[in-house]
Amino acid sequence: MEPIFAILVGLFFAVAVYLLLSKFIIRVLLGVAILGNAVNLLIFASGRILRDVPPVIGASLDMSVGPTANPLPQALILTAIVISFSFFSFLLVLSWRAYRVLETDNTDEMRVAEPEGDAPPPLRY
Amino acid sequence: MAVSSVPVDLSAAMVMTPTALVDWLIILPVVWCILVGAALMLVRRRVQAHARLAIPALALLVVMNAGLLYHVAVTGPVTMVMGRWLPPFGVAFTVDLTGALFALTAGLVALAGSVAALDDVNGSGRRYGFYPFLMLLMAGVNGAFLTGDLFNLYVWFEVLLISSFGLLVLGSERRQIDGAVKYGFLNLMATTLFLIATGLIYGVFGTLNMADIAIKVQAAPERAPLMTLTALFVLAFGMKAAAFPVNFWLPASYHTPRLVVSALFAGLLTKVGIYALIRVCGMLFPTSLAALSPVLSTIAVLTMLTGVFGALAQTDLRRLLGYLVIAGIGSMLAGIAMGGQGGFGGAVFYALHSIVVMTALYFAAGLAARAGGTASLAVLGGIYRSHPGLAALSLMLFFSVSGLPPFSGFWPKVMLVRTALDGGAFVLAASLLLAGFLTTIATARIFLLAYWRPATDETPPLAVVALPVSVLLPLVGLTALSLGIGLFPEPLLALVRVAAEGLVAPADYIGSVFPDGFPVAIPGGAAP
Repeated sequence: MEPIFAILVGLFFAVAVYLLLSKFIIRVLLGVAILGNAVNLLIFASGRILRDVPPVIGASLDMSVGPTANPLPQALILTAIVISFSFFSFLLVLSWRAYRVLETDNTDEMRVAEPEGDAPPPLRY
Repeated sequence: MAVSSVPVDLSAAMVMTPTALVDWLIILPVVWCILVGAALMLVRRRVQAHARLAIPALALLVVMNAGLLYHVAVTGPVTMVMGRWLPPFGVAFTVDLTGALFALTAGLVALAGSVAALDDVNGSGRRYGFYPFLMLLMAGVNGAFLTGDLFNLYVWFEVLLISSFGLLVLGSERRQIDGAVKYGFLNLMATTLFLIATGLIYGVFGTLNMADIAIKVQAAPERAPLMTLTALFVLAFGMKAAAFPVNFWLPASYHTPRLVVSALFAGLLTKVGIYALIRVCGMLFPTSLAALSPVLSTIAVLTMLTGVFGALAQTDLRRLLGYLVIAGIGSMLAGIAMGGQGGFGGAVFYALHSIVVMTALYFAAGLAARAGGTASLAVLGGIYRSHPGLAALSLMLFFSVSGLPPFSGFWPKVMLVRTALDGGAFVLAASLLLAGFLTTIATARIFLLAYWRPATDETPPLAVVALPVSVLLPLVGLTALSLGIGLFPEPLLALVRVAAEGLVAPADYIGSVFPDGFPVAIPGGAAP
């Protein structure tokens, strides 16, 4: 199961990086969303992918009988999902505002904060 | 369900003794910030009450952090676990001298910022929640400095990042939106890289507790991907700290928000990245960090140079200061690249100095812009004549940021250069000195053009502008702190030396997390 997962995670990362390299904010946003999921799948894989035995220790036992999936990474993913979702919504709204206010979604044209052709400081007075 | 007949010994898994009252200090700064932040949200419509609540609260935070520093300085690293689960299973907060020093300095700067905001953040900025965001930012910053758990560190990074977004767009001007887009996307990328590395760490070691990782790294099998992990952490934290090839978000955004926000960001945020770099790469992966030293040295030199050359090329005062932040980061990276007690000590000392001085510099620049009516070096002039006091304060800060005596910037620079010369890293030593020299030129030019030169024809008429006391007061306070550290460096120097020792040989740190010992031998000698 893990090798298939590793390839899937790799694909997710490749797609995310491709989108993130775009000049257009909307594609970058999609890249961020996919990147978040790529990371979640990566963490998921780090806790063993097994579904035959539930990670429950039976009564009168000290430890589980065989290897089980580790539930901790899944808990980490829950945290990461919440965080990445809130970030994604913030960036979505921010991009929308940027599109309205700056009238472009091309990052190359976003030069309000760093205008082109700035004069160097005076060399003498 | 039938109750298990096996007698359960809870003390094998849980802390059975209640936490000592003084140990609650470990978590108190974070809890306090979140509580006050939440309280401010409750009264969000009563804008006038915000400052009245937040400033005393931050003053109290400084007292707490000072108490914590005292406690840690007396007893050594202290640990508190959440939910009473024994480490490494419970989330642990572990505070050593490094964390406590950073937390105290951050608290001081936040207090200064909250006072300066009285004048600088106007009605709408406060209605949109400047003070609640500030408290939550401080919760994130304190949490990052005090936690002893890697995933928890990630969560605090996110807390401070989302609050910083809120502060950055406060006011929603066009420039701010533009800066926030770049800041937002690139910083999110950095924390995502951090999360990737954290997930891989759990996959390799099966633990997220820093002390536990420090032990397990020593006994790691040959083929454990330590180098990959370290490189990922260096990239993630380097991006946060604005290290050379991944620092372009900083000059794109730091000059856009309100002055106080810029000042706090310049003081606090990049240093959290430096702290995390020292803590995670320096303490947990010392061997791989030493192997990466040539790469880090190169990055450090390039960061210093981009910083100072960028500063030399800027006309706008606040954009210029953004590049000086980067130059300082280069010096800290040089310390981390050299490693050892001298390197880490120098980096920690430099970071503490930089937190205070960069914040004060932004205040000074804001006041200069207020007095001169513009922030452009092409137009500014005559401030020395109209506001001699401000000119004197600014000159002191320029000396300090350039690393000239008798100010706080001098001693960490001495430490770093001396360590570099002792270790034979002559390129680093030369770069540190060159960066200091070029910083002197850049700041001297600010003084020459904006302060010394008589008012130009274009300068708006210098009707005597009364400078706001609420910004002057924190500026004087922070400058005095820098001068004080410069004149009497010994107490802080002694603390920093002990702190760096604790980073190089974390036996005490580990001992505080596992007081009853640990099956594997503890690195750094001195088993508890």
